[in-house]
Amino acid sequence: MSTKSDTLARALGWVSLALGTAQLAAPRMVNRLSGVDDSRLASTVTRVAGARELMHAAALLGSRRPGPWTWGRVAGDALDLAVLGRAMANRSGRSGRYGRRRRRAVAATAAVTGITALDLATALYSAGLGVRRPMRLQASITVNRPREEVYAFWRDLENLPAFMLHLESVRTTGERHSRWRAMVPTADVEWAAEILDEQAGELIAWRSVPGSMIKTSGSVTFTEGPAGRGTTVHLTLEYRGRGRALGAAVARMLGEYPEQQVRDDLRRFKQIMETGEVLLSAGSPEGVRLLSRLRQRPAQPVGGRS
Amino acid sequence: MKANCWMGRNTLEVLDVPEPRIINAQDAVVRVTSTAICGSDLHLVDGYVPTVKKGDVLGHEFMGEVLEVGPEVTKLRPGDRVVVPFPIACGRCFACAEGLYSICENSNPNAGMAEKLMGHSPAGIFGYSHMLGGFAGGQAEYARVPFADVGPIKIEDDLPDEKVLFLSDILPTGYMGAEMCDIKPGQTIAVWGAGPVGQFAVASAYLLGAGKVICIDRYPYRLDYARRAGAYTLNYADVDVLEALRDMTGGRGPDACIDAVGMEARHPTPAMYGYDRVKQAVRMETDRPYALREAILACRNGGVVAVIGTYGGLLDKFPMGSLMNRSLTLRTGQCHVQRYLRPLLDRIRAGEIDPSFVISHRLPLSEAPYGFELFKNKQDDCNKVVLTP
Repeated sequence: MSTKSDTLARALGWVSLALGTAQLAAPRMVNRLSGVDDSRLASTVTRVAGARELMHAAALLGSRRPGPWTWGRVAGDALDLAVLGRAMANRSGRSGRYGRRRRRAVAATAAVTGITALDLATALYSAGLGVRRPMRLQASITVNRPREEVYAFWRDLENLPAFMLHLESVRTTGERHSRWRAMVPTADVEWAAEILDEQAGELIAWRSVPGSMIKTSGSVTFTEGPAGRGTTVHLTLEYRGRGRALGAAVARMLGEYPEQQVRDDLRRFKQIMETGEVLLSAGSPEGVRLLSRLRQRPAQPVGGRS
Repeated sequence: MKANCWMGRNTLEVLDVPEPRIINAQDAVVRVTSTAICGSDLHLVDGYVPTVKKGDVLGHEFMGEVLEVGPEVTKLRPGDRVVVPFPIACGRCFACAEGLYSICENSNPNAGMAEKLMGHSPAGIFGYSHMLGGFAGGQAEYARVPFADVGPIKIEDDLPDEKVLFLSDILPTGYMGAEMCDIKPGQTIAVWGAGPVGQFAVASAYLLGAGKVICIDRYPYRLDYARRAGAYTLNYADVDVLEALRDMTGGRGPDACIDAVGMEARHPTPAMYGYDRVKQAVRMETDRPYALREAILACRNGGVVAVIGTYGGLLDKFPMGSLMNRSLTLRTGQCHVQRYLRPLLDRIRAGEIDPSFVISHRLPLSEAPYGFELFKNKQDDCNKVVLTP
C-alpha cells in the first residue's frame, strides 16, 4: 500500500542519491558551492556526509514503505546544519573571499533548513498515518483437519485468545454477542462484538457494535483444501481506533509487523487443531511474541520442576 | 546440570544450566546417555548460521533414558531407552503425513523468523539456532523432547549406545543421500566429503546396489575410513577431480553425485578459496559451495545430484546452466530421520551395518569444547566424537 508520504519519501531518496554521489565524487566543488572552506578536513567531512546520504538513499529507495526511514534524513539534516553553522562561524580566508563564502554558506543553510522542514513533515506525516489509517490484515493457512471441526473451534470465540496474541480474552455474552479485551499494556481496550453472518462449516463474520472505542470487523472462511488436504482457512481483520490515542493503542496491539503477527496467529491455530497445543521452546517459553522473538532467551532449559 | 553452550563464534563452554522440565503435554525429558558432535555443529561454532544466541545449548544427536513424560504421551514410559531424531516433528501435519518430517509444519515456534530467510519454515531442530526453534540441544545431561510419541525410537534389546546413537542423524542422513540417487544395480556414485555422513553415504550406496562408489576429500585418514566402507577415493589436493571422475566412468561422469560437505567447503586453489572465504567473511554470501559446484559439473547427463550437506543461506556462482541444460535432477533435504529409524535399526540388528565404525574419540561431556577443537581442526585423526555425560 503506497501512500503520498511514501511517494514523497522516495523522492527524497533520489535527492539523497544525487547529493551523496556529488559529495563523494566532487567534495571540493560541493564545499565551494555551499560556502565551506577548502581544507582537507572539510573534504573529508563532506565525503563522510556523502556516504551517509547514500545510506539514506538505499533505505528510502530500497524499502517498500520508506516513510519512516525519513527520520534518518531528519537526523542527517541536523548534522548538516551543525556543520554549516561552523562554516558560517569560520572567518578564515581573505576578506573578499570570506564575504562571498559567507553569503554562500548562508544560502546553503537556508536551503538545508527548508529541506529539513520537508523531511520532518514527511516523517511526521507517515508516522501519523500509521496511527489513523485503518489496519486491514489478511492471512491464510491450511489445517489438516475436517472443515466442521475447524469451524466449530473458531465459532467458540472464547478460543481465539489461545492463538491470537493481541487478544487477552473473549467472553461470550449471547448467541451472537461477545465481549473482547485486547492485550495492550498501556491502556484498557475493550469492545463488544456481534456476529453478522455465520454459515456452518463455511463462514463467520463479526464486527464491533456501533459506538465501541475500537472499530473492528473480521471474517474467516473455511474451504476444502485441494486434493483432500484438510481445510483452507482465510482470515481478514480490520481495526481502527477512535481518535489518536486509541489509534496508537491499536497499532501497539498489533505490533510493528501486523501481517506477520496475524500469520503467526494462524500458525498457532493450526498447531492447536492438528496437535492439540501450541509448541513452546526454551527460546521463548512464554510463547512467541514479536518483540520477544527479537529478544529470545538463550536456548537453555527453562528449569524448575514441572 | 552440565551442558555444552555456544558462547560466541569459536567459543564453547560447558556451563551449569537449569534442568529441563515438561512444558508441553506431549514432551518427554530424557537423561542423555550418549551424544555426539556433528559436522553441522561446526557451522554454528564458526558463526555461519544466523540467530544463534550466546548461551544456547548445542547438540542434536543424542539418546538416553526417558525420565519423565507429559500427560499426553502414550507410547513412552520412564525408563525406556530411546534414540531421538534431530528434527522435531508433530506427526499430524501434511508434511509429516507425507513422511517429510524435517519440514514439519508445527514444530518451529519461530517459523516467522525462518520464513524471512527461506520463504517458508522447515521443522524445528534441537540446539540449532533460534530460527529453527530455539530448542535446547542434547549435548547436556538432560534434554526435553517435544512430540515424544512421534520422534524417539525405543531400543528394546541390548544393542550398545554406540551402535544406535547415529540413528539420530548421520546414519539416516547418509542413507537418505544414497536413496535420493535412485540407484540402479551396478551404477557409479560419487560422494563429496569423507566425513562420517559421507562414509555412511558410501556404505548406504552399496547397500542400495551401487557397483562403484567414489569418495572425494583431502584428508588421507578420512579417505581411509571411506575406503574401509568400500569406496574408491580421490584426494582433491592431489588430482583434478573432474578429470579423474571422467577417467573412472568412461568419460560419462558418475550416475549420481552426493554432496556431503555443505556450506564450508574448501577449494584446492588458494585464490578461489580466498575469494569465497572473503565474500563469506563479509557476509556477501553465507555459503562456500565448491563441492556442490563440482558435483553438478561432474554428474553425468540426466543424473541426480543429492545434497545432504548443510547449507545456511545464499551462495553465488551456482552452475544453473549445467544443471538445466544437462537434464540433471537436484534433490535435497534435511533428513526425514523418523521414517528411516525402524528400517535402519533392523539393518543394524541384522548386522548389515555397524555404524560405530565412524567413532574415533570418546570424551566426557565436560570436555566437549576440546572435542569440537579436535573435530574442527581434524587433529589426532578425529573422525567422530561421542560425548558421555
